[in-house]
Amino acid sequence: MRSCLPDYELVAPANLREALALMAGEPGAWKPFAGGTDLMVLLEAGKLPHKRFLSLWHLRELKGIEVSPTAVTLGALTTYTEVLRHPVLQQEFPCLCQGARETGGVATQNRGTLGGNIANASPAADSPPALLVYDAELELVSATGSRWVPYRGFHSSYKQMDLRPNELIARIRLPRVGRPRRHYYRKVGTRKAQAISKVVFAGVAEVEGGVVRDVRIALGSVAPTVLRCAKTEAVLRGHPTVESTVAAAQAALAGEIAPIDDFRSTAKYRRRVSLNLLAVFLQSCLGTVEQGPGPEPWYGA
Amino acid sequence: MANRLVGRAVPRKEGGDKVTGKARYIDDLTFPGMLYGATVRSPCARGRIKGIHFEGGIPWDGFTIVTATDIPGKNCIVLLSDDHPGLAQRVVNHPEEPIVLLAHPDKYLLEEARRSVRLEIESLPAVFTIEESLARKEIIWGRDNIFKSIRVEKGNVDEAWAQADFIVEGEYRTGAQEQLYIEPNGMIAVANPQEGVTVWGSMQCPYYVHKALVCLFGLPESKVRVIQVETGGGFGGKEEYPSMIAGHAALLAWKSGKPVKLIYDRAEDMAATTKRHPSRTRHRTAVSKEGKLLAMEIEFVIDGGAYMTLSPVVLSRGTIHAAGPYHCPNIRIQSRAVATNAPPHGAFRGFGAPQSTFALERHLNKVARVVGLSPEELRRRNFIREGQSTATGQVIREKVDMAGLMERAFELSRYYAKTQRFAEENRGRRDKKGIGFACFLHGAGFTGSGEKYLASVVGVEATPAGRARILAASTEIGQGANTILCQIAAEALGLEYDQIEMASPDTGVVPNSGPTVASRTCMIIGKLVESACLAVKQTLVGSGLLKPDYSPEEFFRACAAYTQKCGPLKAFSQYQPPPEIHWDEEKYRGDAYSAYAWAVYVAEVTVDSLTYEVHVDDFVAVQEVGKVINPVLGGGQIEGGVAQAIGYALFENVVWQEGRMVNSQMTNYIIPTAADVPRIRTYFDEVPYAHGPAGAKGLGELPMDGTAPAIVNAIEDALGIGLDQIPVLPEHLVELLEVSRV
Ligand SMILES: Cc1cc2nc3c(=O)[nH]c(=O)nc-3n(C[C@H](O)[C@H](O)[C@H](O)COP(=O)(O)OP(=O)(O)OC[C@H]3O[C@@H](n4cnc5c(N)ncnc54)[C@H](O)[C@@H]3O)c2cc1C
Repeated sequence: MRSCLPDYELVAPANLREALALMAGEPGAWKPFAGGTDLMVLLEAGKLPHKRFLSLWHLRELKGIEVSPTAVTLGALTTYTEVLRHPVLQQEFPCLCQGARETGGVATQNRGTLGGNIANASPAADSPPALLVYDAELELVSATGSRWVPYRGFHSSYKQMDLRPNELIARIRLPRVGRPRRHYYRKVGTRKAQAISKVVFAGVAEVEGGVVRDVRIALGSVAPTVLRCAKTEAVLRGHPTVESTVAAAQAALAGEIAPIDDFRSTAKYRRRVSLNLLAVFLQSCLGTVEQGPGPEPWYGA
Repeated sequence: MANRLVGRAVPRKEGGDKVTGKARYIDDLTFPGMLYGATVRSPCARGRIKGIHFEGGIPWDGFTIVTATDIPGKNCIVLLSDDHPGLAQRVVNHPEEPIVLLAHPDKYLLEEARRSVRLEIESLPAVFTIEESLARKEIIWGRDNIFKSIRVEKGNVDEAWAQADFIVEGEYRTGAQEQLYIEPNGMIAVANPQEGVTVWGSMQCPYYVHKALVCLFGLPESKVRVIQVETGGGFGGKEEYPSMIAGHAALLAWKSGKPVKLIYDRAEDMAATTKRHPSRTRHRTAVSKEGKLLAMEIEFVIDGGAYMTLSPVVLSRGTIHAAGPYHCPNIRIQSRAVATNAPPHGAFRGFGAPQSTFALERHLNKVARVVGLSPEELRRRNFIREGQSTATGQVIREKVDMAGLMERAFELSRYYAKTQRFAEENRGRRDKKGIGFACFLHGAGFTGSGEKYLASVVGVEATPAGRARILAASTEIGQGANTILCQIAAEALGLEYDQIEMASPDTGVVPNSGPTVASRTCMIIGKLVESACLAVKQTLVGSGLLKPDYSPEEFFRACAAYTQKCGPLKAFSQYQPPPEIHWDEEKYRGDAYSAYAWAVYVAEVTVDSLTYEVHVDDFVAVQEVGKVINPVLGGGQIEGGVAQAIGYALFENVVWQEGRMVNSQMTNYIIPTAADVPRIRTYFDEVPYAHGPAGAKGLGELPMDGTAPAIVNAIEDALGIGLDQIPVLPEHLVELLEVSRV
């Protein structure tokens, strides 16, 4: 433990209203503490700058998964375990469930929350790419009211986001589409479990008669924020999933991502793997089985 | 005669306490009035210390502060030489080198204080790689940066090249590796001029710590006492470094007059303590067109870090294992351990052998390809047999059947069928499969005359409570030493397993049975336990108190009678080398080890062509280790070692920046999880060894040696590219695959 524990303070307001009042009173002074699975790592390493914390863990208003005909709405405190066990999410939002299943280990899945994953704003987080391809919206609440914002665009730059010092993330809404879609999610971590992503890829597509009607692609760990890849999507939308389209999409994606070298991986590796995963996603849209001979993975410049 | 206890999977002696949480590790202990200790370390790799400043806002008056000038004895942690200071005084030679020690009753304030000591250091140019050290970019140690050179000569290498049909060269590298025992290092010390120094802690070698403290405090041996408490793993990482921590805790206790607890957290433990030596091996091999090895010239270099510590001995083992389980008439091995400005590298399971074995087992695949033989056929033609000699000229007198072990491993892994099937199927599939193997040996016990000089002593005594107790400084560190030693004693004394107990390793109580390292505990200490037991038995039988054919009750009655008549019943046994063992340290010739374990490991892998990740799908480990004393513990050693070596081969990458490990966190330093390790299929062949207890040899380090080359050979089989460096990370594969496609 490299932190001076007596310097830290944690309060546990009785309900959301009290929590928001506290935050309104001293904006920015109180740091939300949900599952603590990101914060405790910093505490242990002596790298937790905030000293005053507001526990959210028991706030009922931020819990639960609600299903309506048009959307599934998840409280910000929804844990990974709750996500991956939910039948509607399994059916309609499988990328989110797979991301949850591959997050940390069981202990982290029981304690870590979606709200925390979003607000921690790591470009390597595993749920955000899934949330991006499912067009998630966030409800942000403060003592003075609430606003809904599209998740896309929420993260403006590295660790920066559209969240005011007096606001909490309250809920995450996933619109239900009601049409069959193809989903592809792949986390490439430093090992098979308990890993931080080197590349994480999520894609959904509606394919009709060999033509991409609609597509959404998002990646993690390849830019300062998780990235929805609009240019790549534009190249694909309305086109048949033939090889020339794949190549064009790969070229677009190569221009869209901005991976770096760090001690987990290299820019080169991240770029290659991103393009390989895009190719496989598109093949899977065509129904090509993954283990078939298929085209070779992408190696070009 | 059938064994009653040897060869049986009796439960661990300390197992119950561990699973119920009753076991007390060092951080579980508290002493009245105890202070906490912390270490202030060098921020740079090499420099002159200009000043130490105790800054702002800390009530420094309440702190115990120790620097080099407070050391009562000699400022060094002695081991093989006295170059390693306990606290840096004028210069620092590596990042994280200890300079100042602090103690305080409040551990949180202590942490604040640690950060408030400002070290003023004028930095000097440093050396970070084997190449820079060999080129003497800077002289940072001795006259030439070389801790130790070894030369092994067999036959005449120079004359062999002319007769060679092929000459094959290669260069191979291995990286550093962190031991990552589950319990980080820690010590508690009580020390004052009247009573001397007593330390409790997590360690492998109580008498190493004892020797270091005697020197650091300038005290007589009787004034220093070292007690091992329950220890959560070591893997070599608690062989030499605990002497440093014990010294620090004791210095703080000495100055403050209070007990001091000094515990490292994971980040400090990873950044500051020892790791496996990185290595570079160059091979030049002469082969006939029939695939006979004619000459091997091997240059082996290891990076020792900033101080000598154990590097000469690591180098020695690496050198002796460099030519593997093969017969070659002409061999030259030149090896060096060099200095760099990194924290000293140290002991780690395998101790130099994994490095040189990786190089050889990769190189032989290359040789086979050049000669046009399969990797197995090349090896089959060169395996060492009884009567032939190793690189040091040691004539193998044990029964050895490497070809037999290989066939068994191939059958169990269906090697032949799979090589064929994978080659066919890989053509039509994106993910590539491969199968590979490695053949290797591991010498048990200290190298050369090491055991003779150690002259270990073990005792066995009868306790007043009617038990037999083993007195040894050998430590239980999770490997099961206490269990097998008790099994051996119970067998030798004709008693029940529960009637034997281990004395706690306390230098005030137990004799020096040497360090718990080098795969020596079972074979060497076990044998001493056996002999001491026989001596007790003889004493009782000889004094007429016991019939040769007795029951446990009769035995303990005889013990009581003896004790009443003659005083405490104890017998000691001291190591004697087997008569036919000779070693010439000057020429590096002779019997390097009294016995070897022999093994063939087969790995099956899949390489994901989208992500370049390698997964080990199946692993078969076949070995001959003499008698297996406890099959569950023996199997556990192999499985654990293979898992650790999967990490060495595929995951564990120490990221260095200016001599400092920058990924000293478990999120960034990647060891395999259960999901990354296949079921490890372990098979023992048991050929009893005449000088081992009940016929046992050593096996603890063995699995570390051959696993990495087996995996990398499998990757070669899958991809058709030879890799000459570990760890093989996906980031390396992406580069190589790209090159191979051009
Ligand atoms: C062993 C381990 C393994 C892990 N593995 C993974 C992994 O595989 N993939 C992955 O993506 N992550 C992983 N993580 C990181 C972490 O578990 C996730 O990011 C998790 O979702 C964080 O949620 P939390 O509730 O624990 O966040 P906390 O630690 O409580 O908070 C994280 C941040 O979010 C803020 N915050 C939390 N809730 C709200 C809210 N409602 N409104 C506003 N701000 C909020 C906090 O102030 C803080 O800044 C791992 C962590 C550990 C310890």
